[in-house]
Amino acid sequence: MENDDINLTVNATNTNAATGGNALDEGRVGTNGLQTKGVHVWFGKHHVLEDISLDFPANSVTGLIGPSGCGKSTFLRVLNRMHEFIPGAAMAGEVFLDGEEIYGPKVDVTAMRLKVGMVFQKPNPFPSMTIAENVLAGLKLANIKVQDKDSLLEECLTRAGLWKEVKDRLKLSGSSLSGGQQQRLCIARALAVKPKVLLMDEPCSALDPASTLKVEETIVQLSADMTIVVVTHNMQQAARVSDFCAFFLSDGGPGQVVEADRTSVIFSSPSDQRTADYVQGRFG
Amino acid sequence: MSDTSTPSIMQEVQPRKPWVNRGQSVRDMVRPTVLAGVVASVVVLVTGLAGPLGFYFAFVLAFIVVSFINGMRHDKVKAIDKVMTTLVTAGFATAFIPWASILFTVFKRGASAIYFGYFTHDMAYTAGDDELGMGGLSHALVGSLLILLMASVIAIPFGIVTALYITEVKGKLSGLVRVIVQSMSGVPSIVAGLFVYAVVVSRYSFSGFAGAISLAILMLPTVARTSEEVLKLVPEDLRSSAYALGASQMATTFRIVLPTARSGLITASMLGLARVAGETAPLILTAYYSAVYSLKVTGQPLASLPMYIFQNFSTGTDTALTRAWGGAAVLLSFIFILFIIARLAGRGSRK
Repeated sequence: MENDDINLTVNATNTNAATGGNALDEGRVGTNGLQTKGVHVWFGKHHVLEDISLDFPANSVTGLIGPSGCGKSTFLRVLNRMHEFIPGAAMAGEVFLDGEEIYGPKVDVTAMRLKVGMVFQKPNPFPSMTIAENVLAGLKLANIKVQDKDSLLEECLTRAGLWKEVKDRLKLSGSSLSGGQQQRLCIARALAVKPKVLLMDEPCSALDPASTLKVEETIVQLSADMTIVVVTHNMQQAARVSDFCAFFLSDGGPGQVVEADRTSVIFSSPSDQRTADYVQGRFG
Repeated sequence: MSDTSTPSIMQEVQPRKPWVNRGQSVRDMVRPTVLAGVVASVVVLVTGLAGPLGFYFAFVLAFIVVSFINGMRHDKVKAIDKVMTTLVTAGFATAFIPWASILFTVFKRGASAIYFGYFTHDMAYTAGDDELGMGGLSHALVGSLLILLMASVIAIPFGIVTALYITEVKGKLSGLVRVIVQSMSGVPSIVAGLFVYAVVVSRYSFSGFAGAISLAILMLPTVARTSEEVLKLVPEDLRSSAYALGASQMATTFRIVLPTARSGLITASMLGLARVAGETAPLILTAYYSAVYSLKVTGQPLASLPMYIFQNFSTGTDTALTRAWGGAAVLLSFIFILFIIARLAGRGSRK
């Protein structure tokens, strides 16, 4: 393939990363955040992703853009091993979280997923639980004990930008909220277990513009102290919320990363013609 | 809305009643009904059709013809529409008639057997052909409750766990398990009774517990199959969300999947219970019958409502038959009450 030699690594010297040194181990400077090296994915015999090496610097937002069917969502699932629930899925390559390989033989998958939260395309609060129970569901599911549940509840809902709207009806069912509120509830639910990384799979594609705006504001605020990866079909959204962008493309074969760089570069002066065509809306 | 949307018009906006499709007005219905009634009466008088069923049959046919002719006064589409409406209504009525007829017959015939003491006495000092107003079915009611309770305790957990194995664990044997469960639902109830007779009763004795085992065998496939369908309805997204929150499969199943499917699982259990509540054949071979009130479920026969009905029916005298009808009325009410309780439980504490 012609782009086998493209260097896909994003430089990790952005301003956000510089301020976010709180969780840094001295010995691991530079390996903070999330990295993938040579990731391939197969569904059965079907090769869907080829040689994806990307860096997701800590405390930044990275947008994964590209047309449908190019493997963005699959790649996102590889980042917290959720693709393993798809029958026939297999992967090769390495994924590092804060310098540690998450596919290592001694890794406890459920403990790893606590550090890598996920928000899905369709809002999906647990229907059998109230709003408050939904937010704290992760603690219950993973058997985590917390001293002050009320303040954690308020903190998570505030960070997800939902506290003011629901503080008087925490005892109501999660499905009584509007779609946009439900999605922010799902974000609050993901935040409660204090993940270092938040993966979002087209989090706004089922929402109206006003709700989308609120979720985007939430994403930008959250990126102050966590690493966020967002899959999106909406290029304006990628331009609005992300610090870095990776452009995925499949020309009938397995999906590859055509170009990965700062969002400003991808949208103003991309080095690959296909990226330029895509971000300017000429295809996809 | 109303004060902002009509700034230029000086009259107040009145809420309008929601638009409804009124279909046919009552007056439109009277004429074809009377006409069809007259035609049907003539048909019954003139031809070989006779009795209420004959009249009903003639009436439905006549109604279809009348509504077709009535519709043809407008156009063909209207005519077909009317005929289809009549057919659907007739189908509903035809299904409704046996249901109402059974209820009516049971309660009419059984009414004279039922008095307050019917629920507090047993048949220890009363024979089936003694006059009404003596004895009762407290023993059968309590026996049925005990047997069904034990059968539920055995069959519902096993049924739900079986369904969990098929839908959540998705083990290598889940296909085989599904086939076995499916074929189990085809086991005739008398065969289940014979099986328990051979394995339990022949070694120990007739007992309520043996009856419960035979009913549990019949309940299990219904509970498992229905639970499987219910669990399949739980969105895959919810499981993914739980896993993404760092939940184990155990936590996901017990804290997310089962609570989400709760009301459906209760319905599945009720369907299983309804399947066996009136079973008589397996009880003849397992719990048998006793005329005496007892809470002992092992070592001796235990009465049940279906067996009470069967026993009195076998006696065959007028009063015994009335007692059998009374037992049937109680059995129907008993199942009905079980369903209401389950509905309330299914709705649950939420909301």
